[in-house]
Amino acid sequence: MIERMILIGYGGQGMMLFGRLLARVAMLDGKQVTFFPSYGTEVRGGAACYHLIVSTEEIFSPVVEEADTIIVMNQPSYLKLKNYLMPSSHLFLNSSLVKEAESFGEVKNIYRIPATEIANELGNVVASNMVMMGAYNTVKNLVPLPLFLDCLKSSLSGRKAPLFEINKLALLRGKEYVKKVYLKGEKTLEVSVV
Amino acid sequence: MKSSNNKKQLLTGNEAAAEAAILAGCRYYYGYPITPQNELVNHMAIRMPQVGGTFLQAESEIAAIYMAYGSAAAGARVMTSSSSPGISLMQEGISYLAGSELPCVIVNMQRGGPGLGDISPSQADYFQAVKGGGHGDYRTIVLAPASVQEIADLVYDAFDLADRYRNPVMLLGDAQLGQMMEPVELKKIPRTQQTPRWAVTGAEGRARNIIKSFYPVKGELEAFNIRLQRKYKVVEQKEVRYEEVNTERAEIILVAYGTCARICKEALRRISGTGLQIGLLRPISLWPFPKEPLRRLAKKAKAFCVVEMSSGQMLEDVKLAVLNRCPVHFYGRMGGGVPSSKEVIKKVLNILAPEESTLELEMSEISQELGKGLYFSTIP
Repeated sequence: MIERMILIGYGGQGMMLFGRLLARVAMLDGKQVTFFPSYGTEVRGGAACYHLIVSTEEIFSPVVEEADTIIVMNQPSYLKLKNYLMPSSHLFLNSSLVKEAESFGEVKNIYRIPATEIANELGNVVASNMVMMGAYNTVKNLVPLPLFLDCLKSSLSGRKAPLFEINKLALLRGKEYVKKVYLKGEKTLEVSVV
Repeated sequence: MKSSNNKKQLLTGNEAAAEAAILAGCRYYYGYPITPQNELVNHMAIRMPQVGGTFLQAESEIAAIYMAYGSAAAGARVMTSSSSPGISLMQEGISYLAGSELPCVIVNMQRGGPGLGDISPSQADYFQAVKGGGHGDYRTIVLAPASVQEIADLVYDAFDLADRYRNPVMLLGDAQLGQMMEPVELKKIPRTQQTPRWAVTGAEGRARNIIKSFYPVKGELEAFNIRLQRKYKVVEQKEVRYEEVNTERAEIILVAYGTCARICKEALRRISGTGLQIGLLRPISLWPFPKEPLRRLAKKAKAFCVVEMSSGQMLEDVKLAVLNRCPVHFYGRMGGGVPSSKEVIKKVLNILAPEESTLELEMSEISQELGKGLYFSTIP
């Protein structure tokens, strides 16, 4: 099993936290992991592109050339995603910020998740990354959700601790959304959340 | 498999280098910030006070290397680190360390050059690291890791090598290896440094020790140089490290280190099952260079292909090792460009069936990739 992921968005949209958490959880789940942040010289508001590879085998190239999953958080990133696209790719678009201008004819699995709107409704726009995580993991089932939530909790320690609840909520909303809109009738793995 | 990951931590290459140094008994770190090795400086700033060590952000890289010189002369395990432009500034100090026979570990997470360049991965400091960027007839032991785990393992070993040969050791990584995160197990035994007999620690009750690289009396410097060269011969005999993958039956043998070696392994994986016989020799020690293994392989292989993130620097050492027993091809990317496994495969196919001119192939691929804007350049 190998999952090659590209996570792209603005710096500040939480793709770094998303990727690091996912990498850590996959590691704890017994997988091989390589997580490469490639960022511009600016940080907040600048472009952030993360390469994450999770595998049961040794990972050779740490650079993702073709992605099994692409998670796109904003418009400029949308314009770059073609570089990594394969017909079998799963494409997750933050439809709140991405205006689709092209059709990726061969790509069957496109999920449009209004992540920014959902996070805004919950009262914190920063949680849009967890909405995407909820949607992504429901479709691809990469890591056990309870383990992910444990790690999320421990990464939000100290004065950030109150943020856990809203992040967890965001994750569940992403999960619900993708199930309601895209996985109707499909059997998905039910994971009870503590 | 789950249990084997229990002891692992998810660290960047830079953090792993810092942790391994602490494990090896390094308690003195001097550095100056520069991307892409800032996580190392940052980590040392947090960790050194916790382990009773000294962290000092120097006013420049030149100051940092001479602070390291001072701690090394006093017999302590000491490390400094930087990225390409900063390492250039340190070259005089590295020559002084070698000339004074002082152990020191220097980490270079290479970025694109020349000049200020960019912050993307590069391997264009090979000549500087391996041939000695400073003056005089000296050698630096150079180790090239290809994963975060190997960064940890080699940094630990680098301290032992530096002490054993009383010589600076450089860990040559790149922006990719420094910044990417992988699971690491710090499995080696924690060390505490014993002050060596030659250290300058105050001569009370014993004859004084002298640490110097200055030999003004005619003949003394030549005698010292002869002794240094003898030492380097021993290093060349004993400390060569490399990895071979599928070289047994290979017609074409790729030669690559660090990040490029990982990409070449990916290329090997992609073509496995096609009947193509391609192997890889990955130098782990860049100096001493694995000349003998290359010579041995040159007897059987049809051709070599060196893959680097440079215009062809290690290429020269491969050619020197192989001489003209075998053709040596090259595929390289420069200035922050990272080759893809597909580019490597295309190059290999081109060697096997050279209808198109190699230069054309390389240029068209580079411009294609540039058009895609794939390589770490800022997305607008």
